[in-house]
Amino acid sequence: MELISAAAGPERLAAHRQRLGTLPSLRPDALIAELDESGLLGRGGAGFPVGRKWRAVAQRSSGGAVVLANGAEGEPLSRKDRSLMAARPHLVIDGALLAARAVGADDIIFYVGVEHQVAAAALRQALAERPGDVRGKARIVVAPAGYVSGEESAAVHYVNAGDARPIVTPPRPFERGVAGRPTLVQNVESLALAALIARRGPAWYQGLGEGRARGVGLLTVSGAVNHAGVYEVAFGSTLSDAAAAAGGLSSNVRAVLLGGYFGGWAAAEEQWGLPLDSESMRARGVALGCGVVHFLPAESCGVEATARIVTYLASQSARQCGPCVFGLTAIAEATERLAARSPQPGDLERVRRWTAELPGRGACRHPDGAAGLLHSALQVFADDMAEHQRRRCLAISAGVRQAVA
Amino acid sequence: MGQALLIDRIRCDGHGLCAELLPELIRLDDWGYPIIKSGPVPLSLVGHAGRAAEACPVLALRLAGTAVAAPRPIP
Repeated sequence: MELISAAAGPERLAAHRQRLGTLPSLRPDALIAELDESGLLGRGGAGFPVGRKWRAVAQRSSGGAVVLANGAEGEPLSRKDRSLMAARPHLVIDGALLAARAVGADDIIFYVGVEHQVAAAALRQALAERPGDVRGKARIVVAPAGYVSGEESAAVHYVNAGDARPIVTPPRPFERGVAGRPTLVQNVESLALAALIARRGPAWYQGLGEGRARGVGLLTVSGAVNHAGVYEVAFGSTLSDAAAAAGGLSSNVRAVLLGGYFGGWAAAEEQWGLPLDSESMRARGVALGCGVVHFLPAESCGVEATARIVTYLASQSARQCGPCVFGLTAIAEATERLAARSPQPGDLERVRRWTAELPGRGACRHPDGAAGLLHSALQVFADDMAEHQRRRCLAISAGVRQAVA
Repeated sequence: MGQALLIDRIRCDGHGLCAELLPELIRLDDWGYPIIKSGPVPLSLVGHAGRAAEACPVLALRLAGTAVAAPRPIP
């Protein structure tokens, strides 16, 4: 396993160096070319090619760029970033140092979610083991709690002004970010993988995938599995393989949430053989996002599960844009009424209409993410939604669960 | 090159004057916030779009591709 470890406690510098050797001193353009060739995609959720992102910042930098290693991990179902930081902090630091060299940065910020105390402590300890020139340009900034604090413009806004709310873009951080300088905001797992590719080359990374897929990555598997947790998988392995890695299913499963609350539902029946890689998933209209794989037990109701998620997303709005504040709240309330089987006439229709009106209407992509989640629920749980509008529940009538009085 | 309507979603407060002045391209959602038709502004509507942008009380609407007015030369 490259990214996580069965060992208790963080890997110290000596062990890290012994296992992996020192960081190679590749020239910036050579390093970026290797990342391009490897096909490494960002692991924060958007899946943007890492080499291309580094190049965009490097082109605008005249030596004063900034690297923000994003370990906020605000997605509630995701645990992979904190696990990585806690187990292999030196790999994350290596990745950040490489990025700093590639983009010409003299300032490295490790942005770690306030709840991830073990991870923050591991990073702090790891930085203390590094020489003075590294310690002098690196700092840890604790990200405030909240779903949107890890959004790239929110992270930059917090560092600049202590306010972790997204701002209107353009300009995006790669153009103007921390202190107005070109800023690379990159997920910690992406940085760790870059640090491995720099040592072993792009062909090594490509070869790790199964079939035509390239690379490995971390998944957080949860829900109806026997051993929920963070697992390192080869891309191209299937959804079925992911369930097996997590000790197998603990009950029948109808649906699976892929990518977290910013992702979407998929019908389990159709997707057991789904290869977990970006190309195959895109072809099927789904995405791995930040690597969350959550299996919904068959005795759970998809409408109820969706209502809980949308209510959470509505509560996490930064409350800066009308369509998000009012739209998400209204959708959440209508979905809760549907879930409780006490809808108003036309609630389901209104949820469909309001959902269709969400994308692109906020300063950030929070409403877009919610729209994606809702759209998938309206498809995958179409029959359940229709039943709930008729004040009935398929999961209850199928006899797989007790009705709540 | 076409001109596009851009909106600062944080500044926008749902006053709705834009939809009044440019109903062909802007309609309001259930809470009074604008839904803008995507794509470049048709040439015939550019004048109206400019006026809609000027009418916004919070300067949230902008017609991109509009040149900044050059200073008048001293005669």
